[in-house]
Amino acid sequence: MKNVQKLKRANKSLPFFFKDEFKVSFVIIFVSIILLLTTFTFDVVPPILNRGIQPATFPKALLVLIITMTLLVYYLATKNPWKNEKKLPKSFFLTLFSFILFVIVSKTLDFFLAISALSIFVSYYWGEKRLFYLLLVGIIFPIIVFIFFETILGLRFPPGIITNIYYS
Amino acid sequence: MDNLLLMLAPLFSSKLILVLFFGTLFGLILGVLPGLGPTTGGALILPFTMTLDPLSAIVLLTSIYCAGTYGGAITAVLINTPGTPAAAATCLDGYPLAQKGEAGRALGMATVSSTVGGIFSVIILVFFAPILAQLAYEFGQPEYFALAIFGLTMLASIGEGSPIKNLIAGAFGILISTVGKDFMTSIDRFTFGINELTEGIGFIPVVVGLFAMSEMLTQSTLINQVFNRIALKAIKLPTKEDYKKTWKTILRSSGIGSFIGVLPAEGGTVASLIGYSEAKRFSKNPEEFGKGSIEGIAGAEAANNAATGGAMVPTLALGIPGSATTAVILTGLIIHGVRPGPDLFREQPDFLYGIFGAMLIANILFFIFGFFGAKIFARITLVPNKILWPMIFAVSVCGTYSLNQSIIDVWIMLFFGVLGFFMRRYGFSVVPVIIGLILGELVEGTLRQSLVIFDGNWLMFFTRPIALTFFILSLIALAFPLIRSKKNK
Repeated sequence: MKNVQKLKRANKSLPFFFKDEFKVSFVIIFVSIILLLTTFTFDVVPPILNRGIQPATFPKALLVLIITMTLLVYYLATKNPWKNEKKLPKSFFLTLFSFILFVIVSKTLDFFLAISALSIFVSYYWGEKRLFYLLLVGIIFPIIVFIFFETILGLRFPPGIITNIYYS
Repeated sequence: MDNLLLMLAPLFSSKLILVLFFGTLFGLILGVLPGLGPTTGGALILPFTMTLDPLSAIVLLTSIYCAGTYGGAITAVLINTPGTPAAAATCLDGYPLAQKGEAGRALGMATVSSTVGGIFSVIILVFFAPILAQLAYEFGQPEYFALAIFGLTMLASIGEGSPIKNLIAGAFGILISTVGKDFMTSIDRFTFGINELTEGIGFIPVVVGLFAMSEMLTQSTLINQVFNRIALKAIKLPTKEDYKKTWKTILRSSGIGSFIGVLPAEGGTVASLIGYSEAKRFSKNPEEFGKGSIEGIAGAEAANNAATGGAMVPTLALGIPGSATTAVILTGLIIHGVRPGPDLFREQPDFLYGIFGAMLIANILFFIFGFFGAKIFARITLVPNKILWPMIFAVSVCGTYSLNQSIIDVWIMLFFGVLGFFMRRYGFSVVPVIIGLILGELVEGTLRQSLVIFDGNWLMFFTRPIALTFFILSLIALAFPLIRSKKNK
């Protein structure tokens, strides 16, 4: 009971910019403003080609709507605060990191290698330590998927150090 | 009579029967696996449908939809985790009943009520879709604009969670649809000099990202979670007593589910919650709800499966998806060159009634598969997440890449995965994004064309009776959550 009271007091004492409702609203409004500014760089169509409204008008209206509604969400949250979310565990950040790793490896080295690396990495950090299962998710299954997609859909995967060997 | 024969056509095609078998089986597996479901599964299988003719492709997608919606109940009853969001209400009584050693009875009721709900909704689809399509002949650009706005406001009104957050998500979905070359003037919008973005952001990367990848991130936060699985000996068909107790609930929920399904919103999820609460309201034993009430299971399951046929009504008649999964089916139709709307009913009745018939058969098939194979399907949940999710990642990446053979699509998918995770974390539903994305072009296109017709005079929208009706309905839909919250206070 004491702990709960302490936690409540701690939450109340948090400055507004540390609260989730502020952070989320800030990010949405910040991104929307950047996008809104971008719409001013869109080409303007001469009146003779213009169909109804300028191409920038519709996205502008949407972004203003999003900003307005986000302000409303924030205003309502000041009256009725959001529940505090649990801190994200290490496994989440590792999975997120694996996504970034995937993008880097697929861009620089090889698409297949990127899938393989992510699968092994995620499987290992989620608790799989048995070598056979790591090989199954990291190598055997991606090979099956590759061959399946290639044969059924006639798909050609992007070139890379391993994919090139396969195609040659 | 002719239409009935057309509905039976899938039964006489060995190819369609095979597609139905595979679709139902695949749908059941997807439904059983928590975090996956017919929406993600449909999106992942979409590239493979390119190898099929249009009817087989849509039959595959609809059978996944029907079976996937039911499959969620197996996990809901046995491990207290809904396989699909639509099965969330089934957990409330399914799991407690299973804990009492009556898992077979709970699943038996779930299977029967799902089948009845599904078949009921197909009948609604057969009767109402042509009527709605006939009405759509009266629609011009302003009416379609007003209808699309009504669809989006309905998301706020009866969707899950905060109505304003749902509206923000819907507006964001429409905003995504504006990326790329403007379809009327060919002017680049939000392309940031990236060539691949001139074609716009594809539907599949967004769906797979928002559903599958965000779920993978969610699962990464739950790796230490332990599920208590309840062993299933065999499914038992409901007894006479159970039928006596539940037949009214099943019929009522089937009606509720079909009606909710027709409204462009979150389909099965909302339908099952309303079906469940109405079952409780009308029950002679409301105190049993939450403790293993057989009526609770019947109410939720009949409603969520009834929403499948209901959601197909606006999808086929108007080209407006009734749920996230029907948005995938709509994409399938467009990819295969089929334009949903009134002309489809006039020009391709064999195609349409083939779909209706296939949905009917899919409902019967999942009853058979569910009844005889639930024990096997339940074992699929034993596959550990540390093995399952890396495999889903590999399929998601290749599936997303395959549609346009573009690595940018894969990165977009990952971006939407991260975005979807944070959206869900902070109470923004991802379904409105999908509906907004698919309706975006319709909203903008019809708005601009209407303004051309009206010579730029916005007020002319209100001179069109049908458009005005939809605007009034939109206002009511927006006011509804306010009234509801005041009433709850």
